[in-house]
Amino acid sequence: MAWNNVIKTFILSLVALTINSSLWANESAEGAHNEEKPFNVNEMIMHHIKDAHEWHLWGPEHGGTSIYLPILLMDGGLKVFSASHFYHGTPGYATLEKNDEQVSYMIGEGPAAGYAMYHEKIYKLENGELHFHGEHPSGAKPLDLSITKNVVFMFIVALVFLLIMFSTAKHFKKNGAVAPKGIAKFTEPLILFVRDDIAKANIGEKKYKKYVPYLLTIFFFILISNLLGLIPILGANLSGNIAVTLFLAVCTLIVTVLSGNKHYWAHIFATPGVPKALLPIMIPIELVGILTKPFALMVRLFANMTAGHIIILALVSIIFINKSASWGALSVPMALFISVLELLVAFLQAYLFAMLSALFIGAAVDEGHHEEHAHEAH
Amino acid sequence: MDLVLPDFGLLFWTALVFSILLILLAKFAWKPILGAVNEREQKITEALELAEKTKTEMKAMQSQNEALIQEARAERDAIVRDAKETATKMVEEAKNGAKLEAEKVMSNARDMINSEKAAAISELKNQVASFSLEIAEKIIRGEMSSDEKQKALAEKMAADVNLN
Repeated sequence: MAWNNVIKTFILSLVALTINSSLWANESAEGAHNEEKPFNVNEMIMHHIKDAHEWHLWGPEHGGTSIYLPILLMDGGLKVFSASHFYHGTPGYATLEKNDEQVSYMIGEGPAAGYAMYHEKIYKLENGELHFHGEHPSGAKPLDLSITKNVVFMFIVALVFLLIMFSTAKHFKKNGAVAPKGIAKFTEPLILFVRDDIAKANIGEKKYKKYVPYLLTIFFFILISNLLGLIPILGANLSGNIAVTLFLAVCTLIVTVLSGNKHYWAHIFATPGVPKALLPIMIPIELVGILTKPFALMVRLFANMTAGHIIILALVSIIFINKSASWGALSVPMALFISVLELLVAFLQAYLFAMLSALFIGAAVDEGHHEEHAHEAH
Repeated sequence: MDLVLPDFGLLFWTALVFSILLILLAKFAWKPILGAVNEREQKITEALELAEKTKTEMKAMQSQNEALIQEARAERDAIVRDAKETATKMVEEAKNGAKLEAEKVMSNARDMINSEKAAAISELKNQVASFSLEIAEKIIRGEMSSDEKQKALAEKMAADVNLN
């Protein structure tokens, strides 16, 4: 029963924080929309896995404790201001034509005047309000280069990454070619794993060297993002964001296409063993194939990481849906189990992304030994 | 739907951060780390090769030593055999010499004994002859001492002649 007590204490402290969380928050007076709403799991989870202009620490979504992040808008010159001008702005309301649902958005104040934020997206106001077309506002969007939660988290990831690798490099620079010590003891096996089992194994002895830095960077970037992303409050769903995985997949696409030798292109434009008459069908298929590979990379990482976050949040939500700490006895072990599983997934997805990237590069630089390789494989 | 639509701002920052990371790490981390690791692997390979070489050298040396020991052992055996042979020969020779000497001494002794015996025998013969003569003289004297006796003798002799 000690577990129940721990969970109760935890929940109580959360509640206490919720009550006292008016520190940074502006209690927007709209009681009708801010008072005790029923706990909406879907909204809570979506809010957690999506990007935001604030770093939500604790408390309710509106009126909790958050760090407001800077907003950068490119709209006839660069405009920089704090996101608090949206979060503490005036709420505006609109009714969706589709299902008569009432939605609220925040109209910016001060430097944010003329803009409104709806679901963390910034729109230009039209006559002081947003017009909705379908589910989304129809208004123009300024180019939003804001330092969002994911961007800040990415800076942290980059910093941690640099610190780890620079201290590893320092160890080798200082001691020369010796056995690893300290942080190098941890990073070296991973680096060697990427070099030998990912790069060398998939690209080939002769050409792998050129691609090792790229594969190392992509592997550790995903790995550190995945691992740090699992930390509650301090972590963001960076590697489960489609923009990030899109960029990484595009990188692999560019590297693959630029590395493609004549065998690779010959395979696409004159697939060996295919009659000439079929080429008009084969060429588009092969060209689409170039894109589907990185597309699969993008979706795989995005879906895996996002799904992991959703499952953990959903399991924790069981407690709040049932409004009883006793449910923690079920939800905490299950969330713990999934969290441990996510640690494995964090490594697995980093490995898969790097390994498949290496595989695609390997296919692009292969010296046309397809038959031989196929023969060896069987 | 928002979830699967990439946000341009984040895409921009990702591109920027990732590119900077790639450049910085490639130059200041991957290069020295991979360089050091390669160098170390080279060193280990060399050390292993050296060990292998030393091992074969040791083996060669060992077999050389073995051969040397074998040779020495054979030589020692030969020497011992020679010595044994010489010793046996010497003993044999000594034995033979002694035998010969003994035989010589024996034959000398035998000869001496024989000659002494012959001398003794001849002297005995002479003595016996002289004794016989004396006895015969005494007997004849006795026989001839009276006429009767002379007559008896003559008769006897005559009987002997008759018998013949």
